This record gives sequence, C-alpha cells and structure tokens, in this order.
Amino acid sequence: MKFTKLLASAAVALGLASAAAADTTKVGFIYVGPVGDGGWTYEHDQGRLAVEEAFGDKVETFYQENVPEGADAERAITQMALQGADLIFTTSFGYMDPTINVAKKFPNVKFEHATGYKTADNVSVYSARFYEGRAVQGHIAGKMTKTNTVGYIASFPIPEVIRGINSAYIHAKRVNPDVEFKIIWVYTWFDPAKEADAAKALIEQGADVVLQHTDSTAPQAAAQEAGNVITFGQASDMGEYGPMPRVSSIIDNWAPYYVARTQAVMDGTWSTVNTWDGIDTGMVEIGEISDVVPADVKAEALAMVKALGDGSYHAFTGPINKQDGSAWLAEGETADDGTLAGMSFYVEGIVGDIPN
Amino acid sequence: MDLSAISPALLIASLMVAATPLLLAAIGELVVEKAGVLNLGVEGMMIVGAICGFAVTVETGSPFMGVLAAMVGGALLSTLFAFLTQFALANQVASGLALTLFGLGLSALMGQNYIGIKPPSMPRLDIPGLSDMPFFGPIFFAHDPLLYLGILLTAAAWALLKYTRVGLILRAVGENHDAAHALGYHVIRVRILAIMFGGACAGLGGAYISLIRVPQWTEGMTAGIGWIALALVVFASWKPWRVLLGAYLFGGINVLQLNLQAAGIAIPVEYLAMSPYLITILVLVILSADKSGAPASLGRSFHASN
Repeated sequence: MKFTKLLASAAVALGLASAAAADTTKVGFIYVGPVGDGGWTYEHDQGRLAVEEAFGDKVETFYQENVPEGADAERAITQMALQGADLIFTTSFGYMDPTINVAKKFPNVKFEHATGYKTADNVSVYSARFYEGRAVQGHIAGKMTKTNTVGYIASFPIPEVIRGINSAYIHAKRVNPDVEFKIIWVYTWFDPAKEADAAKALIEQGADVVLQHTDSTAPQAAAQEAGNVITFGQASDMGEYGPMPRVSSIIDNWAPYYVARTQAVMDGTWSTVNTWDGIDTGMVEIGEISDVVPADVKAEALAMVKALGDGSYHAFTGPINKQDGSAWLAEGETADDGTLAGMSFYVEGIVGDIPN
Repeated sequence: MDLSAISPALLIASLMVAATPLLLAAIGELVVEKAGVLNLGVEGMMIVGAICGFAVTVETGSPFMGVLAAMVGGALLSTLFAFLTQFALANQVASGLALTLFGLGLSALMGQNYIGIKPPSMPRLDIPGLSDMPFFGPIFFAHDPLLYLGILLTAAAWALLKYTRVGLILRAVGENHDAAHALGYHVIRVRILAIMFGGACAGLGGAYISLIRVPQWTEGMTAGIGWIALALVVFASWKPWRVLLGAYLFGGINVLQLNLQAAGIAIPVEYLAMSPYLITILVLVILSADKSGAPASLGRSFHASN
C-alpha cells in the first residue's frame, strides 16, 4: 500500500515537473548501437543534433544508446516517457512492439518508430528506401567484380534487409549474368569483431566485393587489409575508408525529417503518418563514387541515381521471378509498396534460404 | 553447397585469430579466480585496454607501445576494483558489474577522437621458409606476436599454478584465505597482484581486438567477449589448457559457421549461429565430469580480523 502511494506521489511530482517545463519540447531518441558506431546510429544522432541546431533553447533532446532490441527496450522507452519526453524516436526495427506497447500507456506522448510497419494514434513509422541505394551498389558491384563473387553481410532476416539483398542482386545480375552472391547472416546490427570475421570469411571464399547491412566500419577495415576488395559505406558515408576499399555509400539523412516532426509537435499539428522516402527527397543519399570506379560505370551509376530520384525508374521493375521460379513482376511492372514492405522471399537466382 | 570454397589452412589460421582475445581475457580471469576473487569487470577492462592500446598506437606509431599501454590501462582499471573489494571490502559481484559499466563509459569518452582512424599495423612474425610452407605455414608461422603470447601465457599460467611455490601460495589464498593468512601469507597482497594480472590480460585481449582482429576503434567493440571469457573460465573448471581448448573451440566454430554460411551449406542459419555456444559448453561440461570445483574462497572478502 505504502509503496503504491509512494509511486503515485512520485508520478504526481513528475507530472508537475514536466508541466513546469512545458515551454521546451523534449525529444528522446532510443539507439540500438553507440553514437560513435560510424554508421546507422551515428546518422540518427546527427539528426538529433540537427534538431537541437534548428530549435536551440526551445527544445531539449536526450538519448539512450546501446538499447537491446526486445524486452529491455520497453523499459528504456518507458523511462524516457516518464522523463517527460513529448516525442520519442525509436530507431531500430526490433523496437516495433515495445514502442506500440509503451505508446498505449502514454497516449499524450508522440512516438516515431524507424523501419517498422505498426502504427497507432500516437505512433508514426518512417523509413528510407535504402533499396534504391542498393540498386546502385548492385550495379557497381556487378560491373567491378572480377571473381564474379559478391559477399553480403546480412544482419537479421527482416523485410528491409531482404529487400536490400534482392535489389543489389537484381542490378548486379543485370550487368553481369555470372555474378553469384554469398550471404552471411550474423544476427547482430553491431558487433565489429563478428562483422570483421564475416567479411574475412567472405573474402577468403573469393568475394572481391563486400556489401554490408550491419552498422560498424569493421568490414571496411577487413577489406582494406585484404587489399583488392571493394566495399560500400552503410548508413553513413564511411568516407575515411575511401577511395579504396569504400567506393561509394548509402547515407541516411534523417535530419530534415526529425526537424519537421519536432516542429509538428511544437505546432500541435502532429498526426500519424507512414513515411517512406528515398533518393527523391534526399532521405537516401548516395555518397561520392570514388575514382577507383571506371568512368563509364560511374556515369551509369549516376544516371541510375538520377532516374531513381525523378521517379522514371523503379528499382524493382519486371520481369522478375521469385526464387522458386514463380512469376512476381511482369515485364515493365513495378513492385507495390505493400509487397516491398513485407518482402520475405529472394528473387530468382539467389542461392540459399532465408532463415526464419 | 560448395565446401571446396573453404580452405582449411585459412580457416584454422583465422580461428586462431578469432579465439585469441577470448583466450587472453580468460587466462587472466582464471588466475584472478584461482586467488579467490571473482572479478566480473572483464568486459570493462577489455574495452579500456582496447582504447588505450589503440590511442597509444596511433599517437606513437608503435603497436608494441600500444600493447604495453593496453596492459597498463587494464591493470590500472583493475586496481580500482582491487581497492573496492580488498580494502573497502565491497561486494565483489556488484563492484565487478560497476567496473564493466564504468569501463564502457570511460572508453567511449577516451575514444571520441579516435573514431575512423586506421592504426599502424602490427608486423607479422614471418619466418622465411617456414611461413611459406603449404598448409602449416599459414597456420603456425604467419601470425602476429600476440597470438603466440596467448599460447605462451596459457602454458605459463599452467606451469606456475601447478609446479611453483608462487602458484601454491596463490591457490592456498584462493582455497582457504584464513589458513593462508595463518601461515603468514599476505592474502590481500597476493589478491591485488592477481587482480592486476587479470586486468593486464583483459586489456591485452581488448587491444587484440582493436589493433589486430578488427583493426579500428568503435565504441562497445568488445561486444560481450568479456562475458564469454567469464563463462569460459567456469566451464573449463579453472584449468588453463581447457580454457585454451574452449577458446579455440568457440572461436573455431564461430569462424566455421560463417564460412559454412558463405559456402551455402543447407543447415538452418539459426542452428549455425547458436552452435559455438552449444558445442563449447557441451564439450567442456563433459570434460569437467571429474568434479574439479571452484576455488573454495571464490568471491569471499577477506579481513585479517575475522
């Protein structure tokens, strides 16, 4: 009895405290890795800093890094809501259910979940069309591989990752029919030692292009040591590894979105949205293509970036069959967002099964 | 499925690299626990060693200075633990956990200016003639010096604990600190030295990750290896050679499962991913059927007045 009373009075005190500071908007961020990972979380934190830059004293931001996906995330998000956050960005796929659960308990707090698909009255989702960048990478990879073997370090078997593999494969295969993908699932977003081991295993088995869907720069370092292997920056430019092995990159630019959503909370115009932007709005940027890439390949890649940006080309344009040989997209047909969002199959030609 | 894509020589060579950080940290912790101290701060000492080694290597350009700095860094952090548990008589489990949290935070702070820098590389111990031998060359004769140091340390720890007077005193302190005290040994001093040795080894293991295995600095890059080292010491029943076996088994299956995946073998990935843990535990549990138990005073505080 006493304990619940204590809790109740603490809650009241907390409520008063947050009411007193109501003129500043508090924005919280939950990160899956450390802000210094040089990749995914680093770019989200750049978005957070942009929010601070844009609003100055009117906003207060805080973050918690290295939050595991799963049950503990719910605790971290709850804690952030109790701290009086008005808007909370949960920046990894695995926070989807925890975010929805916490959002139910805090109807006045707005939540934004990255890369998920479950929304609620106070939960929006946002993601970027990374697969557009993967198409460009696939093209360069297919053109540049000499061993016809492309290594792919995959994290978790979720639609976002599978989409990336398919997109890269389709575009590599289009320019190099002999290309083969070796895929390793490492079941982590961030573990430099494991990512390095995976990169080495791929390189030892003949891959001279390594694509990664994990957050650290360790595979870049492994490729650099091997010498004749090219890579692409993931989530962040990773420009310090250019011009070789890193020949280009996908950069996630969250800043404009974060600023806009914070503004919406301030203005009271926030509503649930499902944002999925790509190269067109600049949420996905293609990092500079280095001179290691031959000029003609670079020109083709840039033309593809332009076409993806102005909408004249879709990264999933038929004819494309599924892995089992059944037809998916007819000639000229493009994939709809619903199928892409829930993608759980490989396209024809990729060897191996998706773990489930 | 194409198993011919996996080269056994390269596989064994890279499993030795993957196992070394784990081995170094676990050997250090084994000596600490043999002295009757349970230090759960291995992860924290490793990551501090990783950044100390990395920073000094970048600043001085010498990987050997870096390795030295990593050992000093790990040992310094462990003295904090030694002070808390040996003089302030704080709870060892809580102090060790605090040490890990502190180490992770401290390393992130120290490493802020070192993100994205490539360190000067550690020269390999290439032996002309031997290193070029087919198969055995890459396995035995083309590694960095630290890898050999890990094996040497294992042998040294084994010999020291088994055959020397120092080892006997250390074990006496770990088995029954009151008796050791009554015999006139400085329980606290022995334990502090053991803790610092453990810290230096953990720091070395961390530096191995940041200087050789990855090599770069990223926050939180040890990613739980310190915890695995702790578990390994227990499953190896506090025996150095079993620690070596366990570390190579764990590192080996980890590397092997990545290679099997890349070769497209038709085992579900989930089983492959859990196999290093399962097989290592299974093998070590079977080995430890001879009931060699933990040091009797493990985790207990000592004060001369009791």
